[in-house]
Amino acid sequence: MDKKKLGYWLFFIALFLGPLYLTEFRLALMGKFLCFAIVALGICLIWGYTGILSLGHGVYFGLGAYCTAMYLKLEAANGQLPDFMEWSGVSALPAFWVPFSNPIFAIGASLLIPALIAAILGFLTFKNRIKGVYFSLISQAVVVVFVTLFVAKQDWTGGTNGLTNFTTFLGFSLASPLVQIALYMMTVIILGASFALAAALTNSRVGRVLSAVRDGENRVRFLGFNPTSYKVFVYSLSAALAGLAGTLFVLQVGLISPAMMGIIPSIEMVLWAAVGGRHSLIGAILGAVIVNSAKSFFSEAYPDIWSIFLGLLFIIVVMFLPNGIVGAFESWNEKREKAKRKGGTADAADSVVS
Amino acid sequence: MAVVITQLFNGISLGSILLLIALGLAITFGLMNVINMAHGEFIMAGAYTTYVVQQAFSHYVPAALFNYYYIVAIPLSFLIGALLGFVLEKTLIRFLYHRPLDSLLATWGVSLILQQVARSIFGAPNVAVTAPAWLDSGLTIAGAVLPYKRLFIIALVTICMVTLYLYLDKTAAGRKMRAVTMNRSMASSLGVSTKKVDATAFAIGSGLAGIAGCALTVLGPIGSTIGTYYIVDAFMIVILGGIGSLIGTVFGALSVGMLGTVAEFWSGASMAKVIVFVAIIAFLQFKPAGLLSARTRSLE
Repeated sequence: MDKKKLGYWLFFIALFLGPLYLTEFRLALMGKFLCFAIVALGICLIWGYTGILSLGHGVYFGLGAYCTAMYLKLEAANGQLPDFMEWSGVSALPAFWVPFSNPIFAIGASLLIPALIAAILGFLTFKNRIKGVYFSLISQAVVVVFVTLFVAKQDWTGGTNGLTNFTTFLGFSLASPLVQIALYMMTVIILGASFALAAALTNSRVGRVLSAVRDGENRVRFLGFNPTSYKVFVYSLSAALAGLAGTLFVLQVGLISPAMMGIIPSIEMVLWAAVGGRHSLIGAILGAVIVNSAKSFFSEAYPDIWSIFLGLLFIIVVMFLPNGIVGAFESWNEKREKAKRKGGTADAADSVVS
Repeated sequence: MAVVITQLFNGISLGSILLLIALGLAITFGLMNVINMAHGEFIMAGAYTTYVVQQAFSHYVPAALFNYYYIVAIPLSFLIGALLGFVLEKTLIRFLYHRPLDSLLATWGVSLILQQVARSIFGAPNVAVTAPAWLDSGLTIAGAVLPYKRLFIIALVTICMVTLYLYLDKTAAGRKMRAVTMNRSMASSLGVSTKKVDATAFAIGSGLAGIAGCALTVLGPIGSTIGTYYIVDAFMIVILGGIGSLIGTVFGALSVGMLGTVAEFWSGASMAKVIVFVAIIAFLQFKPAGLLSARTRSLE
């Protein structure tokens, strides 16, 4: 266990020192991937540990990103109306935009609004014992609702173009490489903190109830727990993580549009966790980084092949690697250790291993 | 008066289109409990099949016969859809019956691949299918014009439904299918080959998607993403109607069609979609199992 902990520390320190050995371009990419890794952590919590497959995390990611983007937009507009509002003929700032001129409110909202929406949706569905694939399909319908709304309300949200053209964050120029490095390091720290939080959660009593809900919800109910509150809690926590990731994403990438919260991005988020290993938190991080590195490599070189490759990846992971890369590695490790023990001491009982 | 008739007709028409798409899902999802995200791409396959048949007729067949190309296109779309579904069941879904969430992800992968394949073969821009001349005009009732194209779809969905009902209720194969969906292990121990039934059911559901694709060609140009446009709606309709109930799917499709048309009349196309989905989620608060659901005493 201690060896494992040391490994995690080394991993995060290596990430933190990224600016030392990555070019500016690679660092920007890596920063983006680490934001996605935070989303994947949240998905791992609800899918791998609790058995809720959400196809709607793009919405939470997007909402978080929009909250911060609204602040950035107002800061860029410098007291005037944001540019896209002038183009759509809006004369005064809509009331709900006003509080977002405060950065603390905006960033707080980027966590709380996704969490609140997830809590409402989760409460309404989990209370009625809508679960499994039905929940997944409903969460997909929620994506359609939000994307349609964001595209339609062009004068409030910037429509299909989304929000972009930011200049500063808290007065610091977003174009400066130093600011970008600082944001990258902040992302690594937040990713590490989210990882620690998720690991603590899964090792706690609550975490064990969550796994129990996954394996036999009714048994948990018969034992006197209320699965609904546990599910709502973990679902909103995971939405808050997605919102946080959205904030970090929009700060580093400088753009958020409805296309980034649509059905396809949402389901890609699930793939990150699936590739890394849905039952493993570190796997989710690795999965997000690996899949997105592959995506940026393939879609630069062969844009047509990428969607075929992505499709094959879904099929291969589901059919041959149901526990992802980490799962495959673990079972390989287990086999090797078993073989070692058999070869070493003949009297070591096999039952101890299993 | 004309407005009311037009709205009513549009509602029924939209409902019939949605029903045609949801009917196949009602079998694969409702009866067999398999989420096939590639269902939309089977619709696309049916639409492109119709396109190819139409092209072939306009090039190789005497012009007088062009108007009758649907006689070839409809069965061929069904067969192509059914074939794709059969292959998918045999190669992928068969292994995932106990892991529904995984079959959702794997078939999503299939849908991405099929879309890209279609783009590579037919090109990225949408293609238009010329409808036969006899579908061009419409029927006038009390000042409201009911286009023949829409009436054609309503007729097609009615025929599909009646045929499906007769198949499930009156033939031995259909009864076996219902037996398997009601109690798989009991059916299996009474000598029903569940493997065969699974493959057939999946092929029929996918074939219906092919027919739906064929019908969509009369409404406008078709492209590789035509399936994704309707697939979320179709899944919601099956959930709304109640899993395992074909009649529920019919009611689900008609009410979504009606509500969608009315909402569109009052608030525009994009808000209509929002209103419909919010209404469905709200409705599920009162009846989580859908409009008409098979009563069961089983817990899970």
